[in-house]
Amino acid sequence: MALTTTTTPEELSYAEAAVRALAQEMQADPRVVVLGEDVGRGGIFGQYKGLQQRFGESRVIDTPISEAAIMGAGVGMALAGLRPVVEMRVVDFALCGMDELVNQAAKNRFMFGGQGRVPLVARMPGGIWDASAAQHSQSLEAWFAHMPGLVVVCPATPQDNHGLLRAALQCGDPVVYIEHKTLWGLRGEVDDSLEVPLGRARRVREGDALTLVSWSRQLQACTAACDALAAEGIAVDLIDLRTLWPWDRETVLASCARTRRLLVVHEAVQVAGFGAEIAASAAEATGCRVARLGAPRIPVGYAPVLEAQSRVGAEAVAAAARKLLD
Amino acid sequence: MDTSSSSPDGAALYRTMVRIRAFENAAEAASQGGVSAYGQEAAGSARVRGPLHLSTGQEAVPAGVCAHLRTSDYLTSTHRGHGHTLAKGADLGRMMCELFGKATGFNGGKGGSMHIADFSVGMLGANGVVAAGLPIAVGAAHAQKLLGKGDGITVCFFGDGAINRGPFLEALNWARVYQLPVLFVCEDNRWSATTASGPMTAGDGASVRAQAMDIAATQVDGNDVFAVHAAAAALVAAVRGGGGPRLLHALTYRVKGHVSVDVAAYRDAAELAAALETDPIARARAHLLAHGMAGSALDAIENAARDEVATALAMADAAPWPEAGAAFTDVQTTGAGQWH
Repeated sequence: MALTTTTTPEELSYAEAAVRALAQEMQADPRVVVLGEDVGRGGIFGQYKGLQQRFGESRVIDTPISEAAIMGAGVGMALAGLRPVVEMRVVDFALCGMDELVNQAAKNRFMFGGQGRVPLVARMPGGIWDASAAQHSQSLEAWFAHMPGLVVVCPATPQDNHGLLRAALQCGDPVVYIEHKTLWGLRGEVDDSLEVPLGRARRVREGDALTLVSWSRQLQACTAACDALAAEGIAVDLIDLRTLWPWDRETVLASCARTRRLLVVHEAVQVAGFGAEIAASAAEATGCRVARLGAPRIPVGYAPVLEAQSRVGAEAVAAAARKLLD
Repeated sequence: MDTSSSSPDGAALYRTMVRIRAFENAAEAASQGGVSAYGQEAAGSARVRGPLHLSTGQEAVPAGVCAHLRTSDYLTSTHRGHGHTLAKGADLGRMMCELFGKATGFNGGKGGSMHIADFSVGMLGANGVVAAGLPIAVGAAHAQKLLGKGDGITVCFFGDGAINRGPFLEALNWARVYQLPVLFVCEDNRWSATTASGPMTAGDGASVRAQAMDIAATQVDGNDVFAVHAAAAALVAAVRGGGGPRLLHALTYRVKGHVSVDVAAYRDAAELAAALETDPIARARAHLLAHGMAGSALDAIENAARDEVATALAMADAAPWPEAGAAFTDVQTTGAGQWH
């Protein structure tokens, strides 16, 4: 895997794009360190591949299975002048380090009156992971978006995983960085020179009939739905939010004001999901018609037929869009 | 405070303890009518509002330990952190301002007693969550090692209740695995909020648990400031010398209730009476007098502490409240202005 910086766009996987971003940041800033389980071997998804060989065991630190200590040590490291990347393996396991993230990392700067800063990136792969059942398939981004002090990032493409990870490492605030468990092999062009700022959405498709907002892997279902709708003459304005906090209100609300209809789609449980926040904001600001589409409020099941109940597919997205246009 | 000497400066240790006691006595008086989880109503008259966790009777531990620390060393603390913060060298007046919630406090009124901190002297914060300071401490120590901060160390204070939380195990294991320059200090005050710790704790407590993880531990009479000072001298020297983590298990007693308005009616009066017999300040005073120090010199130290606290109270009373807009600052930079 290429770790060097290049100005020629290159096709990389979502995982390779992250490795490259990290390598570039570690090269540029000796304060950046990685800590977590199995990171020395490259991480369970290859998202740290080659980094320990290149930067050594003291900067890519293999740790015990101690999520609270990984996250908490990351807070202490950040307070003492480092810029840690803390690996949580999957978002489900990050819950074992919740105090350290929510009560410590997110609150530190405010609670101590600005004496401390916690520039920490917590990587916690999220979303449904095939046949992995209820404790390895959750989408918890709305929890973190609810927490003042945290930044929440959900990249959907290799290019964004490169650009957003670099931006996350440079931003100086604690960042919850949620890569999707099934996007690691997704390939796409990555242009090293392209900056992807936090808080800026990406317009994936342009159209006037309807605004469709989504993020992470659900973009794929939404894109397929847009194709089906386009065949029916329905042009959708598809927006990839990319960052949930801060979220790009300007882009979303401008689109809603134009189309007068908004559908938010996410893989997470629909109840109290981040879709509700976007829908409410759009309705308040533009008076447009809104709808949400997410998973039912059930744990993700193991058997294919059960797991499928939690999946929001392209057909459901298209159907929800048609209903909104009625 | 910057001394690596193992021979104690008795006057300095005494001064640290009486300053802590005077500060907390004043804070306690100023908190009457404050918020409680134990049935009392909040009253607008309280100048120190919210939960105030006092360390009355425990002063020998921070005094004896912090005498060996430099400003550049780090310290993490508990919700009962006034003594640690003062012993680490924080300004007493600005601490009182913070307890009053004033703009001139260390945290600009955003933290109060439970989050008292002075990063400028390496005091990285009191914490409202039991055991939460332990992982932060090992992270700070890990950074000291990675950044090549000479022989700088991190000291982590926690209570006996904390050893029953997972982060205690995780942090001790972490410190030993990476051989970090951290001194864990268990202030064993025998109470976990309003429940006695003993019946809630399997085995013999912090030092034994540390030894099980190959971390050398010393148990000490935590109400004897000279004993604490001597034990900490050896442990700090070992940690500073690159010997990896150590643990000090200081046996002391929480004289007050869990928070200032908790009269601790759940406690056996005989237990408290026995504990008061071993008050660390009275013991230190007797020891110093027996070793030739003049009573007038000790009185002068106490009077100076009282004067300092009186000045701090006046300063805190006169200080301005934070601007309302400060509620929106220091939250985060990314997305600032999108709070609503």
